[in-house]
Amino acid sequence: MNIDSIKNGIVIDHIASGNSMEIYELLKLEELDCSVAIIKNAQSRKMGKKDIIKIDADVDINFDVLGYIDPNITVNIIKDGVLVEKRHLSLPKELVNVIVCKNPRCITSVEQGIKHIFKLSETENGVYRCAYCETKAKNQ
Amino acid sequence: MRNLIDILDLSVSEIEELTQIAEDIIKNPEKYQEKCRYKKLATLFFEPSTRTRLSFEAAMMELGGNVIGFSEANSSSAAKGESVSDTVKTVGCYADIIAMRHPKEGAPLAASFKAEVPIINAGDGGHNHPTQTLADLLTIKMEKGGFDNLTIGLCGDLKFGRTVHSLINAMSRYKNIRFVLISPEELSLPDYIKKGVIEKNNIPYTETRDLEEAVKDLDILYMTRVQRERFFNEADYIRLKDSYILTLEKLANAKKDLCVMHPLPRVNEISPEVDEDSRACYFKQVKYGKYMRMALILKFLEVEI
Repeated sequence: MNIDSIKNGIVIDHIASGNSMEIYELLKLEELDCSVAIIKNAQSRKMGKKDIIKIDADVDINFDVLGYIDPNITVNIIKDGVLVEKRHLSLPKELVNVIVCKNPRCITSVEQGIKHIFKLSETENGVYRCAYCETKAKNQ
Repeated sequence: MRNLIDILDLSVSEIEELTQIAEDIIKNPEKYQEKCRYKKLATLFFEPSTRTRLSFEAAMMELGGNVIGFSEANSSSAAKGESVSDTVKTVGCYADIIAMRHPKEGAPLAASFKAEVPIINAGDGGHNHPTQTLADLLTIKMEKGGFDNLTIGLCGDLKFGRTVHSLINAMSRYKNIRFVLISPEELSLPDYIKKGVIEKNNIPYTETRDLEEAVKDLDILYMTRVQRERFFNEADYIRLKDSYILTLEKLANAKKDLCVMHPLPRVNEISPEVDEDSRACYFKQVKYGKYMRMALILKFLEVEI
Protein backbone atom coordinates (compact mmCIF):
# COMPACT_ATOMS: atom_id res chain seq x y z
CA MET A 1 0.00 0.00 0.00
CA ASN A 2 1.35 3.43 -0.93
CA ILE A 3 0.59 6.88 0.35
CA ASP A 4 2.04 9.74 -1.67
CA SER A 5 4.99 11.46 -0.06
CA ILE A 6 4.29 14.97 1.20
CA LYS A 7 5.97 18.17 0.07
CA ASN A 8 5.47 20.41 3.10
CA GLY A 9 4.26 18.86 6.29
CA ILE A 10 4.85 16.48 9.16
CA VAL A 11 5.30 12.75 9.44
CA ILE A 12 4.73 11.27 12.87
CA ASP A 13 6.60 7.99 12.76
CA HIS A 14 7.28 5.02 15.03
CA ILE A 15 3.88 5.19 16.71
CA ALA A 16 3.24 1.99 18.63
CA SER A 17 0.77 -0.07 16.61
CA GLY A 18 -2.80 0.85 17.57
CA ASN A 19 -2.05 4.28 19.10
CA SER A 20 -2.56 6.42 16.00
CA MET A 21 -6.26 7.13 16.58
CA GLU A 22 -5.59 8.32 20.14
CA ILE A 23 -2.95 10.69 18.80
CA TYR A 24 -5.28 11.82 16.02
CA GLU A 25 -7.88 12.76 18.63
CA LEU A 26 -5.53 14.34 21.20
CA LEU A 27 -3.83 16.48 18.54
CA LYS A 28 -7.32 17.44 17.27
CA LEU A 29 -6.29 16.55 13.72
CA GLU A 30 -9.94 16.29 12.71
CA GLU A 31 -10.01 20.09 12.83
CA LEU A 32 -7.46 20.39 9.99
CA ASP A 33 -8.70 20.80 6.42
CA CYS A 34 -5.52 19.48 4.79
CA SER A 35 -4.92 15.83 3.89
CA VAL A 36 -4.15 13.62 6.87
CA ALA A 37 -3.22 9.98 6.34
CA ILE A 38 -3.28 7.41 9.11
CA ILE A 39 -1.32 4.30 8.29
CA LYS A 40 -1.95 1.43 10.65
CA ASN A 41 0.17 -1.67 11.09
CA ALA A 42 2.91 -0.60 8.69
CA GLN A 43 5.90 -2.94 8.60
CA SER A 44 8.83 -1.87 10.73
CA ARG A 45 12.20 -3.55 11.06
CA LYS A 46 12.63 -2.15 14.54
CA MET A 47 9.11 -2.49 15.89
CA GLY A 48 7.55 -5.26 13.80
CA LYS A 49 4.39 -3.22 13.27
CA LYS A 50 3.93 0.51 13.68
CA ASP A 51 1.48 3.30 12.92
CA ILE A 52 2.33 6.46 10.97
CA ILE A 53 0.46 9.74 10.59
CA LYS A 54 1.20 12.03 7.64
CA ILE A 55 -0.05 15.61 7.71
CA ASP A 56 0.10 17.45 4.41
CA ALA A 57 0.61 20.95 5.84
CA ASP A 58 3.04 22.81 8.02
CA VAL A 59 1.01 22.93 11.24
CA ASP A 60 1.90 23.45 14.89
CA ILE A 61 1.99 20.16 16.73
CA ASN A 62 1.72 19.82 20.49
CA PHE A 63 4.91 17.84 21.10
CA ASP A 64 4.02 17.45 24.79
CA VAL A 65 1.01 15.34 23.82
CA LEU A 66 3.12 13.11 21.62
CA GLY A 67 5.85 12.75 24.23
CA TYR A 68 3.25 11.85 26.85
CA ILE A 69 1.64 9.14 24.72
CA ASP A 70 4.89 7.60 23.57
CA PRO A 71 8.34 9.17 23.94
CA ASN A 72 9.67 6.73 21.30
CA ILE A 73 7.74 8.48 18.54
CA THR A 74 9.79 10.47 16.01
CA VAL A 75 8.53 13.54 14.21
CA ASN A 76 9.88 14.35 10.74
CA ILE A 77 9.44 17.87 9.43
CA ILE A 78 9.34 18.01 5.62
CA LYS A 79 9.95 21.20 3.64
CA ASP A 80 9.99 21.32 -0.18
CA GLY A 81 10.05 17.54 -0.21
CA VAL A 82 13.18 17.37 1.95
CA LEU A 83 13.51 16.09 5.53
CA VAL A 84 14.73 19.18 7.39
CA GLU A 85 14.32 18.07 10.98
CA LYS A 86 13.98 14.76 12.78
CA ARG A 87 12.76 15.33 16.30
CA HIS A 88 13.04 12.75 19.09
CA LEU A 89 10.62 13.18 21.94
CA SER A 90 10.84 12.89 25.69
CA LEU A 91 8.32 12.84 28.51
CA PRO A 92 7.19 16.44 29.12
CA LYS A 93 7.53 17.77 32.68
CA GLU A 94 4.01 19.18 32.58
CA LEU A 95 0.83 18.54 30.62
CA VAL A 96 -1.72 21.32 30.32
CA ASN A 97 -5.23 20.55 29.04
CA VAL A 98 -4.18 17.22 27.56
CA ILE A 99 -5.84 14.80 29.99
CA VAL A 100 -8.40 15.35 32.75
CA CYS A 101 -8.36 14.17 36.35
CA LYS A 102 -10.79 11.33 37.10
CA ASN A 103 -10.86 11.92 40.87
CA PRO A 104 -14.43 13.03 41.74
CA ARG A 105 -13.03 14.86 44.81
CA CYS A 106 -10.71 17.01 42.67
CA ILE A 107 -11.55 20.70 42.15
CA THR A 108 -11.14 20.17 38.38
CA SER A 109 -14.33 18.06 38.44
CA VAL A 110 -16.45 21.14 39.23
CA GLU A 111 -14.57 24.38 38.54
CA GLN A 112 -15.43 25.97 35.20
CA GLY A 113 -12.61 27.17 32.97
CA ILE A 114 -9.84 25.60 35.07
CA LYS A 115 -6.61 24.44 33.44
CA HIS A 116 -6.12 20.68 33.73
CA ILE A 117 -2.49 20.35 34.78
CA PHE A 118 -0.55 17.13 35.29
CA LYS A 119 3.07 16.92 36.41
CA LEU A 120 5.59 14.19 35.75
CA SER A 121 6.18 12.67 39.20
CA GLU A 122 8.18 9.51 38.38
CA THR A 123 10.34 9.92 35.29
CA GLU A 124 11.47 6.28 35.22
CA ASN A 125 7.88 4.96 35.17
CA GLY A 126 6.34 7.86 33.23
CA VAL A 127 3.85 8.52 36.04
CA TYR A 128 1.88 11.77 35.89
CA ARG A 129 -0.12 13.21 38.78
CA CYS A 130 -2.78 15.88 38.85
CA ALA A 131 -1.25 19.18 40.04
CA TYR A 132 -4.34 19.85 42.16
CA CYS A 133 -5.07 16.56 43.97
CA GLU A 134 -1.98 14.43 43.14
CA THR A 135 -4.11 11.60 41.76
CA LYS A 136 -2.26 9.42 39.27
CA ALA A 137 -3.34 9.84 35.63
CA LYS A 138 -5.79 7.02 34.97
CA ASN A 139 -4.60 5.62 31.66
CA GLN A 140 -1.23 4.60 33.09
CA MET B 1 3.38 37.34 46.97
CA ARG B 2 3.42 34.02 48.78
CA ASN B 3 0.83 31.24 49.03
CA LEU B 4 0.80 28.22 51.30
CA ILE B 5 -0.87 25.35 49.47
CA ASP B 6 1.35 22.46 50.53
CA ILE B 7 3.71 22.32 53.51
CA LEU B 8 6.58 21.85 51.06
CA ASP B 9 5.95 25.38 49.77
CA LEU B 10 7.91 26.37 52.88
CA SER B 11 11.62 25.56 53.00
CA VAL B 12 13.24 24.07 56.09
CA SER B 13 14.77 27.46 56.90
CA GLU B 14 11.39 29.20 56.54
CA ILE B 15 9.84 26.69 58.94
CA GLU B 16 12.68 27.41 61.33
CA GLU B 17 11.98 31.14 60.93
CA LEU B 18 8.24 30.64 61.61
CA THR B 19 8.89 28.54 64.73
CA GLN B 20 11.26 31.24 66.01
CA ILE B 21 8.64 33.96 65.47
CA ALA B 22 5.99 31.76 67.15
CA GLU B 23 8.27 31.17 70.14
CA ASP B 24 8.87 34.92 70.38
CA ILE B 25 5.10 35.57 70.26
CA ILE B 26 4.63 33.10 73.13
CA LYS B 27 7.28 34.93 75.18
CA ASN B 28 6.34 38.52 74.23
CA PRO B 29 2.67 38.64 73.13
CA GLU B 30 2.37 42.38 73.78
CA LYS B 31 5.04 43.08 71.14
CA TYR B 32 2.70 41.70 68.46
CA GLN B 33 -0.70 43.00 69.46
CA GLU B 34 -0.78 45.89 66.96
CA LYS B 35 1.30 44.37 64.15
CA CYS B 36 -1.64 43.79 61.82
CA ARG B 37 -3.67 46.86 62.68
CA TYR B 38 -5.91 47.90 59.73
CA LYS B 39 -5.24 44.58 57.99
CA LYS B 40 -8.04 42.12 57.16
CA LEU B 41 -8.00 38.33 57.02
CA ALA B 42 -10.81 36.62 55.08
CA THR B 43 -11.69 33.13 56.27
CA LEU B 44 -13.47 31.37 53.39
CA PHE B 45 -14.74 28.10 54.79
CA PHE B 46 -16.71 26.16 52.20
CA GLU B 47 -16.78 23.23 54.64
CA PRO B 48 -17.54 23.33 58.38
CA SER B 49 -14.67 23.65 60.85
CA THR B 50 -14.45 24.87 64.39
CA ARG B 51 -10.85 24.69 65.33
CA THR B 52 -9.05 25.85 62.22
CA ARG B 53 -11.36 28.78 61.47
CA LEU B 54 -11.38 30.01 65.07
CA SER B 55 -7.64 29.54 65.28
CA PHE B 56 -7.09 31.74 62.21
CA GLU B 57 -9.54 34.33 63.48
CA ALA B 58 -8.02 34.38 66.98
CA ALA B 59 -4.54 34.63 65.41
CA MET B 60 -5.50 37.69 63.37
CA MET B 61 -7.29 39.31 66.33
CA GLU B 62 -4.25 38.83 68.58
CA LEU B 63 -2.23 40.66 65.95
CA GLY B 64 -4.67 43.58 66.11
CA GLY B 65 -6.22 42.85 62.70
CA ASN B 66 -9.79 42.27 61.57
CA VAL B 67 -11.58 39.23 60.19
CA ILE B 68 -14.28 38.82 57.54
CA GLY B 69 -15.60 35.66 55.89
CA PHE B 70 -18.11 32.82 55.94
CA SER B 71 -18.20 29.48 57.72
CA GLU B 72 -20.14 27.33 55.27
CA ALA B 73 -20.68 27.24 51.52
CA ASN B 74 -24.44 27.80 51.91
CA SER B 75 -23.87 31.29 53.24
CA SER B 76 -21.62 32.26 50.31
CA SER B 77 -22.11 32.77 46.59
CA ALA B 78 -20.83 29.22 46.07
CA ALA B 79 -24.44 28.18 46.80
CA LYS B 80 -25.43 30.18 43.69
CA GLY B 81 -22.83 28.33 41.66
CA GLU B 82 -19.97 30.83 41.78
CA SER B 83 -16.55 29.39 40.97
CA VAL B 84 -13.75 29.35 43.53
CA SER B 85 -11.69 31.60 41.24
CA ASP B 86 -14.38 34.27 41.10
CA THR B 87 -14.94 34.10 44.87
CA VAL B 88 -11.28 34.72 45.69
CA LYS B 89 -10.91 37.45 43.08
CA THR B 90 -13.84 39.23 44.70
CA VAL B 91 -12.72 38.68 48.28
CA GLY B 92 -9.22 39.85 47.33
CA CYS B 93 -10.77 43.28 46.76
CA TYR B 94 -11.75 43.42 50.46
CA ALA B 95 -9.10 41.46 52.35
CA ASP B 96 -5.29 41.45 52.57
CA ILE B 97 -4.93 37.71 53.00
CA ILE B 98 -7.23 34.68 52.59
CA ALA B 99 -7.42 31.44 54.59
CA MET B 100 -9.53 28.95 52.69
CA ARG B 101 -11.02 25.54 53.41
CA HIS B 102 -12.78 23.63 50.66
CA PRO B 103 -14.09 20.05 50.34
CA LYS B 104 -12.56 19.66 46.87
CA GLU B 105 -8.90 18.68 46.65
CA GLY B 106 -6.74 21.33 45.00
CA ALA B 107 -9.27 24.16 45.43
CA PRO B 108 -6.75 26.47 47.17
CA LEU B 109 -4.23 25.90 44.35
CA ALA B 110 -6.91 26.82 41.80
CA ALA B 111 -7.70 29.89 43.93
CA SER B 112 -4.03 30.91 44.09
CA PHE B 113 -3.83 31.10 40.28
CA LYS B 114 -6.41 33.90 40.28
CA ALA B 115 -6.13 35.65 43.64
CA GLU B 116 -4.27 38.90 44.07
CA VAL B 117 -3.66 38.36 47.80
CA PRO B 118 -1.88 35.48 49.56
CA ILE B 119 -3.89 32.24 49.83
CA ILE B 120 -3.42 29.93 52.80
CA ASN B 121 -4.78 26.41 52.43
CA ALA B 122 -6.80 25.71 55.58
CA GLY B 123 -7.63 22.17 54.39
CA ASP B 124 -8.64 20.86 50.96
CA GLY B 125 -10.68 17.68 51.28
CA GLY B 126 -8.55 14.68 52.14
CA HIS B 127 -5.50 16.20 50.49
CA ASN B 128 -3.46 18.76 52.46
CA HIS B 129 -3.70 20.78 55.64
CA PRO B 130 -0.39 22.65 55.90
CA THR B 131 -1.22 24.94 58.83
CA GLN B 132 -2.12 21.91 60.95
CA THR B 133 1.35 20.66 60.07
CA LEU B 134 2.80 23.98 61.22
CA ALA B 135 0.99 23.42 64.54
CA ASP B 136 2.37 19.88 64.66
CA LEU B 137 5.89 21.07 63.94
CA LEU B 138 5.87 23.71 66.68
CA THR B 139 4.53 21.06 69.09
CA ILE B 140 7.40 18.74 68.16
CA LYS B 141 9.94 21.56 68.51
CA MET B 142 8.58 22.66 71.91
CA GLU B 143 8.10 19.15 73.31
CA LYS B 144 11.09 17.32 71.81
CA GLY B 145 13.52 20.23 71.38
CA GLY B 146 13.99 19.80 67.62
CA PHE B 147 13.10 17.82 64.53
CA ASP B 148 15.99 15.35 64.16
CA ASN B 149 16.46 11.82 65.60
CA LEU B 150 12.79 10.94 66.13
CA THR B 151 10.74 7.76 65.75
CA ILE B 152 7.26 8.87 64.77
CA GLY B 153 4.24 6.56 64.99
CA LEU B 154 1.23 7.51 62.86
CA CYS B 155 -1.93 5.69 63.87
CA GLY B 156 -5.48 5.34 62.51
CA ASP B 157 -6.67 6.64 59.17
CA LEU B 158 -3.49 7.02 57.18
CA LYS B 159 -5.35 6.83 53.86
CA PHE B 160 -7.62 9.87 54.06
CA GLY B 161 -5.82 11.66 56.92
CA ARG B 162 -4.48 14.77 55.22
CA THR B 163 -2.61 15.89 58.35
CA VAL B 164 -0.66 12.63 58.28
CA HIS B 165 0.35 13.15 54.64
CA SER B 166 1.52 16.70 55.27
CA LEU B 167 3.41 15.72 58.45
CA ILE B 168 5.25 12.92 56.64
CA ASN B 169 6.21 15.34 53.88
CA ALA B 170 7.49 17.86 56.41
CA MET B 171 9.38 15.44 58.67
CA SER B 172 11.01 13.64 55.73
CA ARG B 173 13.35 16.60 55.36
CA TYR B 174 14.99 16.11 58.78
CA LYS B 175 17.83 13.84 59.90
CA ASN B 176 17.53 10.35 61.34
CA ILE B 177 13.74 10.08 61.20
CA ARG B 178 11.91 6.74 61.36
CA PHE B 179 8.19 6.21 60.72
CA VAL B 180 5.96 3.49 62.18
CA LEU B 181 2.69 3.26 60.25
CA ILE B 182 -0.12 1.78 62.35
CA SER B 183 -3.45 1.26 60.56
CA PRO B 184 -5.96 -1.32 59.33
CA GLU B 185 -5.13 -2.48 55.81
CA GLU B 186 -8.06 -0.57 54.27
CA LEU B 187 -6.81 2.72 55.71
CA SER B 188 -3.10 2.28 55.05
CA LEU B 189 -0.91 5.05 53.71
CA PRO B 190 -1.34 5.66 49.93
CA ASP B 191 1.51 4.44 47.75
CA TYR B 192 2.30 7.87 46.40
CA ILE B 193 3.32 8.94 49.90
CA LYS B 194 4.94 5.64 50.89
CA LYS B 195 6.99 5.32 47.72
CA GLY B 196 7.06 8.94 46.56
CA VAL B 197 8.08 10.45 49.89
CA ILE B 198 9.27 7.94 52.50
CA GLU B 199 11.15 5.51 50.25
CA LYS B 200 12.35 8.27 47.93
CA ASN B 201 14.06 9.95 50.91
CA ASN B 202 15.50 6.62 52.13
CA ILE B 203 13.66 6.88 55.44
CA PRO B 204 13.27 3.62 57.36
CA TYR B 205 9.66 2.66 58.15
CA THR B 206 7.61 -0.25 59.36
CA GLU B 207 3.94 -1.04 58.91
CA THR B 208 1.98 -2.76 61.62
CA ARG B 209 -1.59 -3.39 62.79
CA ASP B 210 -0.55 -3.61 66.46
CA LEU B 211 -0.55 -0.28 68.33
CA GLU B 212 0.35 -1.78 71.72
CA GLU B 213 3.46 -3.46 70.37
CA ALA B 214 4.55 -0.47 68.29
CA VAL B 215 4.17 2.16 71.01
CA LYS B 216 7.23 1.22 73.07
CA ASP B 217 9.74 2.48 70.48
CA LEU B 218 8.06 5.78 69.73
CA ASP B 219 9.12 9.35 70.54
CA ILE B 220 5.91 10.72 69.01
CA LEU B 221 2.54 9.02 68.59
CA TYR B 222 0.29 10.87 66.15
CA MET B 223 -3.28 9.62 66.51
CA THR B 224 -5.95 10.36 63.90
CA ARG B 225 -9.70 10.11 63.58
CA VAL B 226 -11.38 7.83 61.04
CA GLN B 227 -13.18 10.53 59.09
CA ARG B 228 -16.81 9.80 58.27
CA GLU B 229 -16.95 12.57 55.63
CA ARG B 230 -14.26 10.89 53.51
CA PHE B 231 -16.22 7.64 53.04
CA PHE B 232 -18.63 7.12 50.16
CA ASN B 233 -19.99 4.06 51.98
CA GLU B 234 -21.39 4.34 55.53
CA ALA B 235 -20.96 0.59 56.18
CA ASP B 236 -17.19 0.85 55.62
CA TYR B 237 -17.01 3.76 58.06
CA ILE B 238 -18.88 1.88 60.80
CA ARG B 239 -16.65 -1.19 60.35
CA LEU B 240 -13.40 0.78 60.67
CA LYS B 241 -14.15 3.68 63.01
CA ASP B 242 -13.11 1.96 66.24
CA SER B 243 -9.96 0.34 64.85
CA TYR B 244 -7.59 2.00 67.30
CA ILE B 245 -8.44 3.46 70.69
CA LEU B 246 -5.57 4.73 72.83
CA THR B 247 -5.95 4.02 76.56
CA LEU B 248 -3.62 4.35 79.56
CA GLU B 249 -3.23 0.57 79.48
CA LYS B 250 -1.92 0.72 75.91
CA LEU B 251 0.53 3.44 76.99
CA ALA B 252 1.96 1.22 79.77
CA ASN B 253 5.02 0.24 77.72
CA ALA B 254 5.54 3.63 76.09
CA LYS B 255 8.51 5.90 76.81
CA LYS B 256 8.09 8.35 79.69
CA ASP B 257 8.73 11.29 77.38
CA LEU B 258 6.48 10.10 74.56
CA CYS B 259 4.55 12.95 72.97
CA VAL B 260 0.95 11.94 72.09
CA MET B 261 -0.46 14.21 69.38
CA HIS B 262 -3.82 14.42 67.61
CA PRO B 263 -5.02 17.03 65.10
CA LEU B 264 -8.46 16.97 66.78
CA PRO B 265 -11.41 16.70 66.82
CA ARG B 266 -11.28 13.23 68.32
CA VAL B 267 -14.27 10.95 68.40
CA ASN B 268 -13.18 8.09 70.62
CA GLU B 269 -9.69 7.22 69.41
CA ILE B 270 -8.09 8.62 72.57
CA SER B 271 -9.79 7.69 75.82
CA PRO B 272 -10.42 10.81 78.01
CA GLU B 273 -8.38 9.21 80.84
CA VAL B 274 -5.25 9.83 78.71
CA ASP B 275 -5.86 13.61 78.86
CA GLU B 276 -4.46 13.74 82.40
CA ASP B 277 -1.27 11.90 81.45
CA SER B 278 1.78 14.18 81.04
CA ARG B 279 2.43 12.61 77.63
CA ALA B 280 -0.86 14.00 76.20
CA CYS B 281 0.10 17.00 74.05
CA TYR B 282 -2.97 17.44 71.84
CA PHE B 283 -4.47 20.44 73.59
CA LYS B 284 -1.08 22.17 73.67
CA GLN B 285 -0.99 21.47 69.94
CA VAL B 286 -4.14 23.58 69.50
CA LYS B 287 -2.51 26.51 71.25
CA TYR B 288 0.70 26.15 69.25
CA GLY B 289 -1.41 26.16 66.07
CA LYS B 290 -2.63 29.67 66.79
CA TYR B 291 0.92 30.96 67.33
CA MET B 292 2.15 29.41 64.08
CA ARG B 293 -0.79 30.92 62.18
CA MET B 294 0.12 34.30 63.69
CA ALA B 295 3.71 33.84 62.52
CA LEU B 296 2.52 32.82 59.05
CA ILE B 297 0.18 35.82 58.69
CA LEU B 298 3.03 38.15 59.71
CA LYS B 299 5.38 36.58 57.19
CA PHE B 300 2.91 36.58 54.28
CA LEU B 301 1.80 40.15 54.96
CA GLU B 302 5.50 41.08 55.09
CA VAL B 303 5.04 42.82 58.42
CA GLU B 304 8.24 44.09 59.97
CA ILE B 305 8.87 42.42 63.30
